[in-house]
Amino acid sequence: MALSATASVGDIEEYLERHAHKGLLRFITCGSVDDGKSSLIGRLLHESKMIFEDQLATLEDESKRIGTRGGELDYALVVDGLAAEREQGITIDVAYRFFSTDKRKFIVADTPGHEQYTRNMVTGASTADLAVILIDARKGVLTQTRRHSYLVSLLGIRQIVLAVNKMDLVDYSEETFLTIERDYREFARRINLEAITCIPVSAVAGDNIVVRSERTPWYRGPGLLEHLETVPAGDPAVADEAAPFRMPVQWVNRPNPEFRGFAGLIASGTVRRGDAVRVLPSGRRSTVARILVGEADVAEALAAQSVTLTLTEEIDVSRGDVLCAADAPPTVANQFEATIIWMHDEPLLQGRAYLLKIGTKTVTATVAPIKYRVNVNTLEHLAAKKLDLNDIGVCGLELSSAVAFEPYNQSRVLGGFILIDRLTNNTVGAGLLHFALRRSQNVHWQALDVNKRARAQLSHQKPCILWFTGLSGAGKSTIANLVEKRLHADGRQTYLLDGDNVRHGLNKDLGFTDEDRVENIRRVAEVARLMVDAGLIVLVSFISPFRSERRMARGLVDAGEFIEVFVDTSLAAAEARDVKGLYKKARRGELKNFTGIDSPYEAPETPEIHVDTTLLAPEAAAAQVIAHLREAGIIDAFTGGAGLTWEI
Amino acid sequence: MSRLDYLQRLEAESIHILREVVAECEKPVMLYSIGKDSSVMLHLALKAFAPGKPPFPLLQIATGWDFREMLEFRDATAQRHDLELLVHTNEEGVRAGVKPWSHGAVYSDLMLTQALRQGLDKHGFDAAFGGGRRDEEKSRAKERVFSFRSAQHRWDPKNQRPELWQLYNARKNRGESIRVFPLSNWTELDVWQYIHVQKVPIVPLYLAKPRPVVRRGAQLIMIDDERLPLGPEDRIESLSVRFRTLGDYPLTGATESVADTVPLVIREMLLAKGSERQGRMVDHDGAASMERKKQEGYF
Repeated sequence: MALSATASVGDIEEYLERHAHKGLLRFITCGSVDDGKSSLIGRLLHESKMIFEDQLATLEDESKRIGTRGGELDYALVVDGLAAEREQGITIDVAYRFFSTDKRKFIVADTPGHEQYTRNMVTGASTADLAVILIDARKGVLTQTRRHSYLVSLLGIRQIVLAVNKMDLVDYSEETFLTIERDYREFARRINLEAITCIPVSAVAGDNIVVRSERTPWYRGPGLLEHLETVPAGDPAVADEAAPFRMPVQWVNRPNPEFRGFAGLIASGTVRRGDAVRVLPSGRRSTVARILVGEADVAEALAAQSVTLTLTEEIDVSRGDVLCAADAPPTVANQFEATIIWMHDEPLLQGRAYLLKIGTKTVTATVAPIKYRVNVNTLEHLAAKKLDLNDIGVCGLELSSAVAFEPYNQSRVLGGFILIDRLTNNTVGAGLLHFALRRSQNVHWQALDVNKRARAQLSHQKPCILWFTGLSGAGKSTIANLVEKRLHADGRQTYLLDGDNVRHGLNKDLGFTDEDRVENIRRVAEVARLMVDAGLIVLVSFISPFRSERRMARGLVDAGEFIEVFVDTSLAAAEARDVKGLYKKARRGELKNFTGIDSPYEAPETPEIHVDTTLLAPEAAAAQVIAHLREAGIIDAFTGGAGLTWEI
Repeated sequence: MSRLDYLQRLEAESIHILREVVAECEKPVMLYSIGKDSSVMLHLALKAFAPGKPPFPLLQIATGWDFREMLEFRDATAQRHDLELLVHTNEEGVRAGVKPWSHGAVYSDLMLTQALRQGLDKHGFDAAFGGGRRDEEKSRAKERVFSFRSAQHRWDPKNQRPELWQLYNARKNRGESIRVFPLSNWTELDVWQYIHVQKVPIVPLYLAKPRPVVRRGAQLIMIDDERLPLGPEDRIESLSVRFRTLGDYPLTGATESVADTVPLVIREMLLAKGSERQGRMVDHDGAASMERKKQEGYF
């Protein structure tokens, strides 16, 4: 019902009230490049009178100047809002548009078709309840159609509209339409998409967009808009209300000593004053004292509301914890099987550590192992040690601490996560938790009484890792060897882990690809950590070319226990020395993935010790390291360790 | 049907965004433009952190050409809620004597974009809330809720971070910052309806009353003080007008209207044939101009 120019205040309020209670449908348009997604949305906006006169004037002008329709209205220009998109006539990023009809409100995300921009399509799909998948009637089902359908299914969108577009260009052929429909349904069945409505349309000519077109008399279904207005949307908020109560704690509100509230968005269920709740992962129990929505006290709150709760008993609750119904808590675990969608140019490597954010909690996560990668075209499972941009893989996932979770198909909030690169802080991947791995539920950390401090006191030294990094031939092993000799002569307990030696035993199964280099360093770092725990001064002499892995190793031990020694030399100097003849081999192409030649070396940005071996002889370099150890209090200034005391 | 209505869900989503920033960022600030969207955003912030106060200051970029009623409203609002209010003006621009009517793009760059960057840098804010909505304009429709900025305040629209579900990545390196838009998914109608339902105070300029105006091309410009240059052909008229959007008074076109209450404004809006930004002369210089301004650091 439209509003008239003479509507009274009462009429307006009634209109608004009705408008506020209209259902909402969030949908995306997706599919391959040039299937007409943006044009379709432009047409929908136009037909639902969401384009204002000044915008229409701009559109007419732009259609003539930069349109791709020979001066006719180019509806894609309504949606492709970035200058680069308009120049190239493509969609790069997802655009959100809002429109409403008498029956429903809509938020539509127009997503890009290029494989390169899949991450932007995933961004749009993650909040949608329905997907309109477009197909160019002349081209049929393409790889991108399958990729997008697979992602749509993965992200839990159950309602699909297959819009077979550009019917005007195939003379509105029923046969063409039916062939495409059959092909698509066959693929869709294999990825568990069931609720599919197929509609023949022409976004440009306006056929079957709002109502059924006369040019497709053989088609008996609804027009697209008609369908979107009436399709059962399966509002996720309603389903969430029926599930048990869960709320990730976002922020602890302590405005004064009398008030301590836990703020968050309720993920599922209902909470009432007096309800027994549990805090995860600690498992402590308490009772809800007050529920605040804004400043107002309420007796009850439900899924999708932002609230602040106070509890009757003072218990430890902080950001990242999950408040849940005491009698129906979710599982807590730190190892999972998960599907990961990789969204960055730098591949995901097995064994590399990333930050993982789930709900309101951020932890460190390591992927190990990658079980398989999915070929989205054939749905085959392929062996993989890494995931490249836009790859989808199923992996094991190990977290630095336990989190409360639910499988993604039960809860998007407690089952969906993002992965963040620790150096660049970019969002590099997204994932869905499926289930906890049994080994994490049954293997618990054993608290031992004789610890690092006790052992270190006995041996009168402060354990640490001296991590020598640098190009092959820089002089790492020579210097490390000299340092160890001096320490040993001083009566210190040491151990030297040398790259070449370790590759003869512990790591003899590893090669020199990026993935294997990451695993090589991970194992060595873990061994070094155990040795630090045993009270030793550990010298690690490894090329260790990637910053990310050195940072991971640093994170394994306490602050001050990791000392990075950058053994710096120019590539030319190292190559001139070429003690092992490896550079010559690499230059001849006989040695692949050689650091400095065809594999990168990422120099440390702020090493604790920087020795330049083009200026210093090995003895002088070793003396520089020893001097640092004295300054840092790792060893005492006097010869001999007996009788020393120090504080950790 | 959910038991929550649409506005309640929008409100909850925005509060979630506001709290997420406070939890993850070191030094957030709210860009407070005194307009209706800022009024709604502030109202949401008051709810998000109740019974405490919002744990961040408000920052207003003043050009010296702000409507007087806006400044009065700004001060009264800050005082009523006992909020820290920071006001920043690009003094360099003032000294150079750039005028809104004669310097066009240079004026908006110096007095809005550069002033905003100065204001943020001066206090070292690492996150700034803005009242932008995706339904306002084509390039805004493309922007993330958490919109990442380089140390030079640049937005790279071709390379935005993925943003899934309600999981926002607020991590950044030193010098980088984030612009956050809690009202991303609100439409103009939602904002007005919320103002109506929640009785959110707004600057009276949004409601029609007789005001002195002159015609500048197709625009009606209100004479807020004696500094607006008038030619011999200019005729000052007293017309019943209101503003759909507010900025500097010499650059903001009024519309003739009799809507002196919020429901009547909503009626006019639903029947309107022009978009909200039509009255904003700043946004009219060239296609994709908003995107360019945003890249350079405008909100």
